[in-house]
Amino acid sequence: MARMKFLCDADRCIECNACVTACKNENEVPWGINRRRVVTLNDGKPGERSISMACMHCTDAPCAAVCPVNCFYTTADAVVLHSKDLCIGCGYCFYACPFGAPQYPRVGNFGSRGKMDKCTYCAGGPEPDGSRAQFEKYGANRLAEGKLPLCAEMCSTKSLLAGDGEVIAQIYKERVSRRGYGSGAWGWQTAYGATIAT
Amino acid sequence: MARLFARIRTIAAAFGLLIMVIGPASSPLSAQVDPNASAVQEQQLLNQLKTIQGLGTIPDTKSYVLEHPAGRDWQYFHNVTLRWIAGIAILGFFALIVIFYLVRGSVKLESGFSGRKIVRFNWFERFVHWMTAVCFIILGISGLNITFGRPLLLPLIGPDQFTAWSEWAKYAHNYLSFPFTLGVILIALMWLAGNIPNRTDVEWLRQGGGIIGDKHPAADRFNAGQKAVYWVVVLGGAAVAVTGYMLMFPFYGTAIDTMQRAEMVHGVAAACFIAFMLGHIYIGTLGMQGAFEAMGEGTVDVNWAKEHHSLWLAKEMERESKPVRPVPAE
Repeated sequence: MARMKFLCDADRCIECNACVTACKNENEVPWGINRRRVVTLNDGKPGERSISMACMHCTDAPCAAVCPVNCFYTTADAVVLHSKDLCIGCGYCFYACPFGAPQYPRVGNFGSRGKMDKCTYCAGGPEPDGSRAQFEKYGANRLAEGKLPLCAEMCSTKSLLAGDGEVIAQIYKERVSRRGYGSGAWGWQTAYGATIAT
Repeated sequence: MARLFARIRTIAAAFGLLIMVIGPASSPLSAQVDPNASAVQEQQLLNQLKTIQGLGTIPDTKSYVLEHPAGRDWQYFHNVTLRWIAGIAILGFFALIVIFYLVRGSVKLESGFSGRKIVRFNWFERFVHWMTAVCFIILGISGLNITFGRPLLLPLIGPDQFTAWSEWAKYAHNYLSFPFTLGVILIALMWLAGNIPNRTDVEWLRQGGGIIGDKHPAADRFNAGQKAVYWVVVLGGAAVAVTGYMLMFPFYGTAIDTMQRAEMVHGVAAACFIAFMLGHIYIGTLGMQGAFEAMGEGTVDVNWAKEHHSLWLAKEMERESKPVRPVPAE
């Protein structure tokens, strides 16, 4: 089995937000929820970089560790998923997440945030693959169809890569050695405990 | 005139284009420019700022935080440190009480019940006390469920039952915080006068409060132990209420690190609060003969008042101008 990861090549990202739009459309994400977003650092200054960020599907995921009802699980592809039937909307996963991935339908009226929603790596949830219930709660299950997450698939500059960690790391290394520079695999140290040596 | 301007503009644009085309080609350095020379570096930013924040294009401003590795530290605190602190505080205090009960036993009324009663807490005081107490117990149990439910209760009742219970517990925790806070505010106001530490408390503490040993040091309406309970309720209640409302209204003027700190303070303060209140519950029920009536029916036996709150009894008797107003025991 593969160890699925995301990698955003910040030197290629042009902040077009197509990944954000693709995600929202493919998964029919409710209004107000952004499973993926683009953050621009040093906006308007020399050395500006944009990074597309969503759930990184961490190794030893902090969200899963702090969840008081243990609603998270990790698939054989190392994708971190959760059950909306078990989630109580306490918001602790957001405090633990280093990437701000968990989202809630309500901002927090008396703590009733509603069921947490986050990037599923286009891999659905605990319901049977391809079922109506799975789509309604978690969005598309492209992984079960043999496809990668749509955000990465339709990235126009191929900045956002999805796939097996070793494969995308190799692609990134080759890019860096060919063009002679690279600002690194953003978030990898925090999410997976090791960055890509280039 | 307009036509002249248009012509000038066209010529200017053509010049501009020419410069743009020639410009880079005429510079021999272009091949050596490192586009990453001034680029932001992840590790550098993390070392300097602990968190990486930029700008986004969606209304949710907290999503502009790109990376906040301190989430892992908070995870460790919540899963390990807090469980140790709360476990030791609550179980340790409970064990102390059990040992104390086995060694010392209940504080008996030495002179026996006289049968004559004196009002100690009026209906309003008792109502506020029990409203706060009931809320406190439910808040305590539902709060402990968030910290200890997963390892202790979840394996016993299964995920579906545990989620159903935890969801109700969460709602109870959120909504009962309002009457609890009101209760703490009322307690703070109505019992403030009797709870200012003074000289009597020093002597009371020196004599072990009559709990350790069997002396009966003089005390006013509230002795030093009860004053401690008062201040723990007021200050502890304020701490859990303030941090609790921060957690209930997340990201209203707070950032991720403030939210994490609020949860840490809330957890530790609540654990110590619960541990201390175990002592209060013990002394009010099992630990002392004749004490529960004070908050139960609102009256205490005159002999009990004489032994435990002699100064208060003297004042009450003086105020009544009669020795004691007898309340018929029905």
